[in-house]
Amino acid sequence: MEQEVFRLKQQLLEKEREISVLKDALAQLQTLNQSNNTSIELQEKVTPLVPLKEKATLSNEEIMRYSRQLLLPELGVKGQLKLSQASVLVVGCGGLGCPLAQYLAAAGIGRLGLLDYDEVELSNLHRQVLHGEDTRGQPKALSAAQAIRRLNPAVECIPYHLKLSHENALQLVQQYDIVADCSDNVPTRYLVNDACVLSGKPLVSASALRMEGQLTVYNYEGGPCYRCLYPVPPPPETVTNCSDGGVLGVVPGIMGCFQALEVLKIASGQASSCGQQLLTLDAQDVRFRSIRLRPRQAGCAACGENPTVTALKDYEQFCGSSATDKCRRLCLLSKEQRISVKDYKEILEGGTPHLLLDVRPLVEVDICHLPFSLSIPLASLEGRKTEHVQLLKEQIAETKQRLKSESCVPVYVICKTGNDSQRAVQILQQMASLEVEPISPKDVIGGLMAWAQKIDPSFPQY
Amino acid sequence: MAAPITLHLEFGGGAELLFDGVKDHQVTLPSQSQPWDMKQLLVWIRANMLKERPELFVQGDTVRPGILVLINDADWELMGELTYEIQDQDSVVFISTLHGG
Repeated sequence: MEQEVFRLKQQLLEKEREISVLKDALAQLQTLNQSNNTSIELQEKVTPLVPLKEKATLSNEEIMRYSRQLLLPELGVKGQLKLSQASVLVVGCGGLGCPLAQYLAAAGIGRLGLLDYDEVELSNLHRQVLHGEDTRGQPKALSAAQAIRRLNPAVECIPYHLKLSHENALQLVQQYDIVADCSDNVPTRYLVNDACVLSGKPLVSASALRMEGQLTVYNYEGGPCYRCLYPVPPPPETVTNCSDGGVLGVVPGIMGCFQALEVLKIASGQASSCGQQLLTLDAQDVRFRSIRLRPRQAGCAACGENPTVTALKDYEQFCGSSATDKCRRLCLLSKEQRISVKDYKEILEGGTPHLLLDVRPLVEVDICHLPFSLSIPLASLEGRKTEHVQLLKEQIAETKQRLKSESCVPVYVICKTGNDSQRAVQILQQMASLEVEPISPKDVIGGLMAWAQKIDPSFPQY
Repeated sequence: MAAPITLHLEFGGGAELLFDGVKDHQVTLPSQSQPWDMKQLLVWIRANMLKERPELFVQGDTVRPGILVLINDADWELMGELTYEIQDQDSVVFISTLHGG
C-alpha cells in the first residue's frame, strides 16, 4: 500500500515536470510566432523616432546570448549596455551593408536603420548575403530587416526604402548615433559625409571593387572628413562600379566586417583607430596596409574653419553622375553612326556581308558572345596592337570581297551595353583613313544586353 | 649632379589598369643637377610609363581628383605633396579611391 502511494507520487511529479517542459516550449514558440507575425513596417519616408530606452541591467537571456563577448574585458557588461542603447544608420544594404548589419545585430546593437532604394536581384546574391532566393524582387531594406529579425529579434530594425537625397539626409542622419557608408556611388558618399559633418556624427566608411577594399572612419575625434581627403569629386569616366568592374563577394564581405568592428568599438565606448587612417586590402596578394592620413583640413569646405557647405545641395550635379551604381549611357556618336538591335537583326537576316566586331574584354567574351562576331578588345584597339590591327585588316578585306562592290565595308561594333562600342567606332574612324580599307563603322545601340532583351531572350544577361 | 634614384612605385584601386595591369614597379630615375621632387616624378611617369589616356591619371601638374598618393605609407599631404624631395629607395603608392559597395 505505502509503496503504491510512493510510486503514484513519483509518477505525478514526473508528469508535472513533463507538463512544465511542454508549457515552456509552447510559450517560447508563441513568442517567436508573435514576433514573426508583427509585420516589419517599410518606411518610404523619414519619420521621427522615439529615443531608445535606457537599460540598467542585462536579462538572463541577454547574459547567455552575449556571454562570449561579455567575457572580453574590452566590452564587458558596460559596453554591452551601451551597444543596446546605440543606433546605427546603414546606408546601402548591399555587399558591405549585409555583413555589417548582420554582425551589428548579432552583437546586440539597439537600433538599425537599414536604407536602400533598390530591390533584390539575382546578380546581388553572391555578395549581399542577407538576401536570398525567396526575397528576390523585394526591397533590399525589407529583405535585410527580415533576415536580421530571424537572427536577433531584440534589435529594432527600421527599413527605409528610399533614395538618400539632400532633402531627407540631414533629418535621417540626426536621428542616429553612428552612420555607416555602405553605398556604391560617388554622389551618395559626398552627401553622407556632409550630412555627418553638419550633424556631428562619426562616419564609418568602406568601399570595395574587384579584389580590393578601403576603410576609413571620417569626422571622428578631430580626424579628417571625406572632403578633407577628396575636395574635388573624381571625373565620372574614371569611376568604375561593381556591375562594370566586377567584385569577388568575399571582398566587400571582409570590408563590411571591418566596418562592423569599428562601429562596435565606437558604440561600446572604445575608441576606433581608423579616425585618421586608411586601411586598404589587396585580396589578390592578401595584403593589408594601414596608411596615416592628413588631419582635419583647415581649408575644408565641409569641416574646415570657414565651411562653405552649410546646407546640403544637389550632389548628383556636384559630382556629374547619378546616385546609383547603374551604368551610365554615353552618347558620343551621331544618329547616322548608330544602329538599333532591331535594324541589325534585319541586316543579319538579309544576308548583307558585314563585320560584327565585339570590343569587350576577353573575360566577358568567355561568358557569352554572338558566334559570328570577331573579338578585339577596346584596349587593343586603343593601343593599336599590331596583331589585332592585322587581324582586323584581313577580316575587312575578306568582307570586302564578299561584298562584291566598291562601297565601304559595313562594320558593326558591339559591347555589353553600348558605351565602349561608341569609343571603338571613334577609333575605327581614325584608323579608316590611314590603317585599313574604307569602312563605315556603326555601334549597336544598347549592345548585347539590348540584344538579349529585345531580340534573343535565350542570350544570357550579366 | 645627384646620383640616379631607385624607387618602388605601386598602383592600386584600379590605377594599375593604366599601367598594363602591373601593380608593382621598380624604377630608376636618371641623375640630374637638382634633386627629384614629386612634381617631376609625375612628369616622368607620364612620359615614360603611361601608355594611353593620361588624363585618367594626371591633370595639370598633379594627380587627378580621386587618386590618393602615399609616400612611404603616409598620405603625401603630410610630406609636402608636389614639393617632396624624393629619396633613394622611397616607396610611392598611387591609389584610386573605390566607390563600390
